Parts: sequence; structure tokens; C-alpha cells
Amino acid sequence: MSETPGIPAPPEEPSEEQASRIGVDSWVAETERHGRGRGPLWQLARLWEYSPDPVKLLAFVALASTVPFWTNEGDLFVFGLFTLLYAALGLGLNVVVGFAGLLDLGYVAFFGIGAYTYAELSSSQYGIHWPAEATIPIAMAAAALVGVVLGFSARRLLGDYLAIVTLFLGQAFVFFTGVANPTVAGKGLTGGANGIPQLDPLTFFGYQLTSTKQLYFFLLIVVTLLATALYFANQSRTGRAWRALREDPLAAEVMSIPVNRLKILAFVFGAAVAGLCGTIYAAIETAAVSTNFSVSVLIIIYAVVILGGFGSIAGVFVGAIVINCTLEFLEPQNDHPEVKRWLFYGTIVLLIALLKPWFRPVLVLAGTIAFGFVVHAIVAATTAASWTSGVPVSGASWLARWAVIPTGSHGNFNNYLYIGLVVAVVCTASLKGWWRMIALVPTLYLTALVWENMLTQNGGITAFILFGAMLIGLMTVRPQGLLGTARVEIV
Amino acid sequence: MTEAEITATEKAAPPAHPLLKLDSVDTYYGQIHILQGLNLEVQSGELVCLLGGNASGKSTTLKTILGIVQPRNGTVQFEGEDVTSRSTSYRIGKGIAIVPENRRLFGPMTVLENLEMGAYLHAGGAKEDFDRVYTLFPLLHERRRQLAGTLSGGEQQMVAMGRALMAKPRLLLMDEPSMGLAPILVERSFEIIKQVHESGVAMLIVEQNANVSLSIADRGYVLSTGRLVLEGPAAELREHEDLRKAYLGR
Ligand SMILES: Nc1ncnc2c1ncn2[C@@H]1O[C@H](COP(=O)(O)OP(=O)(O)OP(=O)(O)O)[C@@H](O)[C@H]1O
Ligand SMILES: [Mg+2]
Repeated sequence: MSETPGIPAPPEEPSEEQASRIGVDSWVAETERHGRGRGPLWQLARLWEYSPDPVKLLAFVALASTVPFWTNEGDLFVFGLFTLLYAALGLGLNVVVGFAGLLDLGYVAFFGIGAYTYAELSSSQYGIHWPAEATIPIAMAAAALVGVVLGFSARRLLGDYLAIVTLFLGQAFVFFTGVANPTVAGKGLTGGANGIPQLDPLTFFGYQLTSTKQLYFFLLIVVTLLATALYFANQSRTGRAWRALREDPLAAEVMSIPVNRLKILAFVFGAAVAGLCGTIYAAIETAAVSTNFSVSVLIIIYAVVILGGFGSIAGVFVGAIVINCTLEFLEPQNDHPEVKRWLFYGTIVLLIALLKPWFRPVLVLAGTIAFGFVVHAIVAATTAASWTSGVPVSGASWLARWAVIPTGSHGNFNNYLYIGLVVAVVCTASLKGWWRMIALVPTLYLTALVWENMLTQNGGITAFILFGAMLIGLMTVRPQGLLGTARVEIV
Repeated sequence: MTEAEITATEKAAPPAHPLLKLDSVDTYYGQIHILQGLNLEVQSGELVCLLGGNASGKSTTLKTILGIVQPRNGTVQFEGEDVTSRSTSYRIGKGIAIVPENRRLFGPMTVLENLEMGAYLHAGGAKEDFDRVYTLFPLLHERRRQLAGTLSGGEQQMVAMGRALMAKPRLLLMDEPSMGLAPILVERSFEIIKQVHESGVAMLIVEQNANVSLSIADRGYVLSTGRLVLEGPAAELREHEDLRKAYLGR
């Protein structure tokens, strides 16, 4: 192409001051200015936001490597190991959903494929005891291969249909491993409902990882490598192309970005990461059981990514910590009931404290406390003593004067409380301004009642419903997730 | 190129094929017959404008050229090669680029990243490609770290054009480049279109703004409900009775 003679030189670099303004949405900048300098928590958040991603990762690794030195074996297992495992799973899913925008509902099947591949190749099942340096790549390749086959066969289906196809894959996998269990070489291939027990510990070049501490540090290394790889992938041209096709697939297509190939690449990448996590998970549990790869696990992984914010690597870590620790604390057999309570009320107070301006949290909390005493007094005065004679699990007798805790059976009281709470959360989220503040008071009190009456006794399914309510609340207040960036719409 | 050079090249080697040729193309959306036996040509280095009222099938023509929709009958040829059954990215690789209707920038990405996506086939663009675009649009260099979605409509139009030019096209398709621009910006953007055209890029411009586009075009076509109703040199079309009534308002 012929150029016009005398090309004017490209303009000068913008000055430092200008450069910091350019690239920031003016509305966002405006809101930031309004919020500037509000307390130490806010300053910390600022510091976090402005530190570059590698620094964040280093800070996380430094903190995480101290964990084994101040927790006992059991806590390290349930809190440490599983947080890291969810983080790794979340990082993989983040590529598929967050970067490429594919709704992959079969992600958990790839996790299972990794686990079962490890189980076949490193256990007494068929007497094969290959070391981890062989089985991990094979498991990842197996998961990736299934991903490629599915990705290509769903090539024309990429889009909404992908969700259905992958959901089917997930269900088919659970059925295949748990029920179908075909006989291969005189044995059930997947061990049926009991799964494959007694797997070998992870062994690298003769070095066995058996203790929780060893596994923890191994997982920490894996997660760090994964996060680093994703950071660079996100910075690369491919990463930007992923974002572009997520924003506008048609525009990406006419820019000659190979949309389908990049989607399949993301899908397969996610599958391989899930496969890797599967091998580690199987080794941690020393078993591969099909029910561990059901939809409920998929929901947890999605919750991790949604809570942290789609597309945010740091968000995945925050999501994994919050979700896994909450899940573990809500476990009925968890042996720290007081910690549980402090964590629960602490989180609520912290969330409320984030409200702006400063007098709102004070009013809401004071209102909730007063509201509780009033409700308690009214209930105590108008009903039989059994309605208020309950004692909260593990002490805190003053709580019994604030929260209505009945003893004995009162029909479906607990269930009504629960439904009431879910309705209240949804209502509060949909209200605005002062109405929301006012609605928060009974909602918080209901939350406390549900907690004292139900959740301290049975976690399980209630935890999931509570999660749902939490996510609805979060999506309303902060649709981009905790650390996701707000999307700027082209008008 | 000077006047003399143009005539010289034309005499020496009359081009064997037009750069782009649509041959009796029929395009449907489901059962709806949109383009009806459309014949259209763009010679290399030519600036052609495609006029027509709303829903006359202008955007559909561009989509057919790019292969986003497949014609049921007829062929699309680029440099004599039949590309009718080829993929969109193949055609783009051959040297077609588009400034889509409504611009369709990647809003949450920076201007720089948007430009880079335009040159995806060329490994994200060489420095000369960026410089060429920045020379045409100095503002884009200044704003290269700004999110494209936060730019004004006129600035976004520049990004959309710059992004298309990053692919070093020989044929640039533009769908309503003046949409939503203030009159002064319309003039400015047509100046730039002219400048790009003079650097050797053939163009097919879809426009509602017949007056301005005919003033810079070599030839024009007028579509009405998927059929060509008029075609000819731009100067002739400007004087045409019906067209003047329909578009030029005088
Ligand atoms: N994907 C589609 N599916 C069905 N019908 C479509 C589709 N795209 C366009 N159409 C119809 O085809 C006709 C021509 O559309 P087209 O976008 O080509 O019009 P246009 O000439 O570009 O109009 P405008 O000037 O308003 O942009 C319209 O009636 C439109 O409703
Ligand atoms: Mg149109």
C-alpha cells in the first residue's frame, strides 16, 4: 500500500498525570474519589487493588505457606487442602467460563476423569502402580482428549447447546462410573457405587507424598504454577482474543479471530486442569467414588468463580477461601462451634460495615440488636415459656435473651424461619436506599435466628440454600463478583 | 498515484478480474428472500457506495460478502476466486475487512487491544501498522490505553476504522460510517475515508447519507427491497431524478 509522503510523527506519549486518568472510566473514577480514605479496611482494599498481580500472588503464597505451622493436621486437611483444591479447580473453570465465556456444565466430569485415571493406574485395582509423574500427564491428556472430542463434536453447538451437552456429559459420567461399571479384564472397571479404594499416595520419582503437610505444599506449588500460567495466558494475544470473543463473538469473527478454535482451546485447557485436580483429589482421598463428581460439586466450583468474579484470577482465590471455609464451618461434625459463631456473626458485621456512609452500619446494627430484644420480649410475654427457653449451642447465655430459641418441637417453626429468611434476603436485595436499610434489620435478625435454631445443628443442604441467597444478594449489590471488574457497556 | 500513472497501468494491464464480484446472489433469512439476484462489482482501488432505505438489504449484502450468511444461489468472487463456500476468516485472510454496523468494538478492552484484535491474522500487528493507523487518527494514539467502551461515538468510529485497517485490507467494507455522528464529524470521517481510499484501498460503503457518499465515490448502487434499482457513476447518480427525490431531498 502506498503511503502519503511526509508521515507526521505519531503524537507524544501522554504525560504521567494524563496517563493515569486515561483508561479509567470517568464515572468509576468519580465514585472512587467519593469513597477515598474511609478507614483502614478501605485503605487495605486500595493497597490490594493497586498492587500488581504478581505481588498479590506472592503475598498469597507467603501467607499460605505459614498455614501448616499454626493449624493442626485435621484443620489443615479440611481448610487448607480443600481451599487450594477449589482454587485450582476454580482457576481452570475461570478460563472456560470467565475468559472464553463458555457455559461448561460438565467440568466436574473432567475432574472425575482425572481421578479415575489415577485410580486405574496407581492402585491395586489392576495391580498397576505407576508413579505420579506418569499418571498425572496421562490423566490430564485423557481429560483433554475427551474435551477435544466433545469440543469438536459440539463445534456447531458451541453456545447455549454446549451447556446441555456438557451437563449430559456430567450426568453420563456419574452414571457410567457409579452404575454401568462395565467389566474389563474380569473386574468392574470403575468399582460401581463403592468406587476404587486404596489408591497409592502421590509418588514422584520415588518420593512419596503421604502427610497432609506434604500434600498441602505440593498443591500450593501446583496452584501457584497454574495461577502464573493463567496470568501469562491472560496477558497474551490469545488471552485478549478470548476476552474479545466473549464480548462480541460476531465482531471477533469478522476480525478473523478463529472463534471456534479458541473456544475449543479454552474448553480443553479447562478440562486438562480439572483432570490434574482430579488426580490430586483422588490421591488425597485415597479413593475415587462417583458421587464425589456430582452436580453439587459443580455448584461449589461455580460458586467459587462467581463469588470471586468471572475472569478474575485473584477472585478465584478469595472465592475458594470463602466458599470452602464456610462449607467446612457449616459441617455438623465440625468441632469448633464457638469459632463457627464468631465467624458467622463476624462476617455479617463485616459485610454490614462496608455500607456507606458510615452511620448506616451503626444504625442497622443497633437497630438489629434493639429489634431482637423487642421481639424476644414480645414473644416471651405472649407465648408459653417453651418458646423462649432454648439455650444456644455452646454457651453465650446472653444470646438466649436476644434470639428466640424454642425448646422441644414447635411444628415447622424452623422451616418457616428458613423460608422467611430466603424471602427476606431476596426482598432486601431488590429494595433501594433507606428501604433496603430498614429491611436489613429484620433480615439480619432472621439470619441470626436461622443460624441459632438450625444451621448450628445441620449444615449440609441448608448451607447450599444459604449460599444461593448469598449469591443472589451479591449479584444484586455487586454483579461483577467480589473482584471482577465492572463491564463497560457500549451504548 | 498520479493521473498519468493510473492511465498507464490501465493501458498496460487491464485487470482480468474485478476485485469483488457478486453474481446473481440470492440470500434468504429462513423463508424470507432478502437479496434478489444481486449483481455487484468493485474494481481494485475503487470507491463504491451502496445506497438504499432501511431494511433494503445493505447490511445483508456485506454479510454475504463476508460469508456470515450464505447465499442460496449465485457466487461471491474475490479476485476471480470463487469464495462462496469459504469461511469468513478465509475471506478476511484474502484481504477483506469490515467496519461493522454500530461499530461493535470490544468495549471493556483498551483502544490498543482493539487495534491488536484487528490484526489478529498478522500476529497482532507490526509497529508500522499501528503507526499507519495512528497517523490517520492521532487521537487514538493519545487514547490507546483508554477502554474503547468509554470513548465518544465519533472516537469509537475511529477505533472501528483503525481496527479494520490493521488487517491491511485491499477491500474495506463499511456499514454506515456516519451513523450517529454530528454533521461536522460526518464530513471529517468522509475525509478520512477518502484519505484511506487514496492510499490504495478499495472500498464498498453502505450509507444512508447519499449526498456525501456520492460526492467521494466513483460509482454507486441503489438497493430497494433486495433488488438493484439503479447503478452507475457517482456523478450520474447525483443528477438522477428519482434518487434526488428519494435521498437528496431536492
Ligand atoms: N438475522 C436475520 N434474521 C432474519 N431476518 C433478518 C436478519 N437480519 C436482517 N434481517 C431482515 O433482512 C432485511 C434486510 O436487513 P438489512 O440489515 O440488510 O437492512 P439494511 O439495508 O442494512 O437496513 P438499515 O439501513 O436499517 O441498516 C430486514 O427486513 C431485516 O429485518
Ligand atoms: Mg444495515
